[in-house]
Amino acid sequence: MNDRGTILASIQEALKKPSVKQDIYKAEDNISELIKQVMPPVGESFDERLALFRKNAQELKAEFYAVNSTDEVVQTILKIKDAEQWKSVATHPNELTESICNRIGLPILKLTAGYDITEFEKCSASITVCDCLVAQTGSVVVSSASTGGRAISVLPPHHIVIAKKEQLAPTMSDAIALVRKKYNGNFPSMVSFITGPSRTGDIERILVLGAHGPKRLTIFLF
Amino acid sequence: MNAIALEFKKNAVRTVKDLQRRQLVKTALGNFEIARNDKVARFQDWQKARYVAAKLKWEALENLHANIQRLEENLKKNGAIVHWAATAEEARRIVSAIAKEKNARLIVKSKAMTAEEIHLNEALEKEGYEVVETDLGEFIVQLRREPPYHIVFPAMHLTRYEISDLFAQKLGSQPTDKAEELTMIARRVLREKYIKADIGITGANFAVADCGVISITENEGNARLTAALPKVMITLIGIEKVIPKLEDLALFLPMLATAGAAQLISGYNTFYSGPRKNGETDGPQEYHVILLDNGRTELLADPIERDALRCIRCGACLNVCPIYRTIGGHSYGTTYCGPIGAVITPIMRGIEDWQQLSYASSLCGACAEICPVKIILHHHLLKNRKIAATKKPVWWQKIGFKIFSKISTCPTLWSIITKCGRLLQKLHPLVKGSRLDPAYAWTKERDLPPIAPQTFKEWWRSKK
Repeated sequence: MNDRGTILASIQEALKKPSVKQDIYKAEDNISELIKQVMPPVGESFDERLALFRKNAQELKAEFYAVNSTDEVVQTILKIKDAEQWKSVATHPNELTESICNRIGLPILKLTAGYDITEFEKCSASITVCDCLVAQTGSVVVSSASTGGRAISVLPPHHIVIAKKEQLAPTMSDAIALVRKKYNGNFPSMVSFITGPSRTGDIERILVLGAHGPKRLTIFLF
Repeated sequence: MNAIALEFKKNAVRTVKDLQRRQLVKTALGNFEIARNDKVARFQDWQKARYVAAKLKWEALENLHANIQRLEENLKKNGAIVHWAATAEEARRIVSAIAKEKNARLIVKSKAMTAEEIHLNEALEKEGYEVVETDLGEFIVQLRREPPYHIVFPAMHLTRYEISDLFAQKLGSQPTDKAEELTMIARRVLREKYIKADIGITGANFAVADCGVISITENEGNARLTAALPKVMITLIGIEKVIPKLEDLALFLPMLATAGAAQLISGYNTFYSGPRKNGETDGPQEYHVILLDNGRTELLADPIERDALRCIRCGACLNVCPIYRTIGGHSYGTTYCGPIGAVITPIMRGIEDWQQLSYASSLCGACAEICPVKIILHHHLLKNRKIAATKKPVWWQKIGFKIFSKISTCPTLWSIITKCGRLLQKLHPLVKGSRLDPAYAWTKERDLPPIAPQTFKEWWRSKK
């Protein structure tokens, strides 16, 4: 018998003995309702959720700007560009991010299949859209479908995310439901919930940002 | 006592005497506790959340036979290649065959306890591959040729200064006492590795059957890069990690981060379904998922201790365990240390060799109290002691307990013996703490509390 057969047979054999259940939730309640009851509260109104997202994102050292237009996004990015002395930016084929990049006045690397990794490595920042934001945790959800690939949201030292107001999901459950609905039957090869810039506490539990991925994560919502 | 037990005892004694290291671990875990309690308090009902998480994992295990086949089917639909490995040897063989086929030279790895379990690095290195750990803590312990000290914080036993010396020696960097500079040294070294690597190997936290998705939790972004740049990606995952529905992760991911890392959510929680799809610019061309048994079905076959397979490897039980805090992660001599390791190792690797771990507990129950999936760890430790005692009884213990049970169930005998004890106790100071002391094993390091001058019965009678 091959290993598949062996393992499946052992599982089946093992499970013939009923479990001795101790100390678990026994009632047959609706699980999604239960999850809602136990997870951190998210408030009722959009403003409450926006405030919660801001608080959670900032606590994890992400920078968050709620703005009124793409003009404001561009103005803020220009300031960051000067402060960080950007040389070039990376983005993915997308109307919104490309139009913003075009107004920054720097060389743009638009990532398409077979892009040059050394060129990409030199980019000072990447600008991407997202699938949604999660108020409950302060997370940004990106995927290899929405941002064109995997590395763009993790390789450059500064990741900039552009989100729209209607993309703010209240809870983790809502965000997962949204992902499932959006990609039903055609799951992207990667979906990532990003919360804050890349971080580590592996040396004496001292927090250091930019362990391998972005040192800064900036989120714009308009 | 067997060789493994002797080694355990020797290492434990050595760590207990290393006060500096103990202080380091104690401070780190003390601060951790404060941060964790803060995150626990944000849940509307953490205790109920534990009940629900335990239920979800129970049901996942009870339906493992169907769930795991569904996972396989859906992963294949997404374009992944699924392998099954009943043993560590088979898992190593699969990885090595892939590496050979791809003519690989450099392999990058993000943290995988399953890889530690099957000693994958050693095997691949022996075959001539360069294997680089990318998680900062794992990278540090790999440079020291050491196993991880903790499931979640592999290098928590080292000071900045030790790490600086290590980097200077192995990487030729300038010494520094700043954690940030040390991290940046590692970042520069590892960035180059990701780009050059032929294969990326990861562990995983959950496998979701209904979407055919592997979920990986991390903070550094090293698993993200390991999964993005090399042409081939391999995930090595234990079969107990299968859960039925994607929606369950809305509970598990925040609980894992809270219990394990004192965060409301980890930096990156990423779902991988397969190799790069049409229209995606990067990601591996091949995605291999290896489903590893290696003793897990042994544990599943035990109707009581089966619940240890609910474990989501958050490391919370290690953090609160007074024994772990004192003897440290390396003393255990196992891949999985702390209370959970002490429970599962004897069953997965043989009670004869590993029963001593069942005694590495004060049975205080702190582990069971914090466990996000409510595994009653200390009860299992007791059960393991019982199994060990039945399987391989020690003759003098057997006689001793027979005598004790006779005495303790006969009131007259009991009262005579305690009276004698009170008398003999007066002579105890003469030999106390010396080799002649019958209680030497206890008194060489501790005080022996005196027997009460009066029994309860005597006191009761005198009051009447």
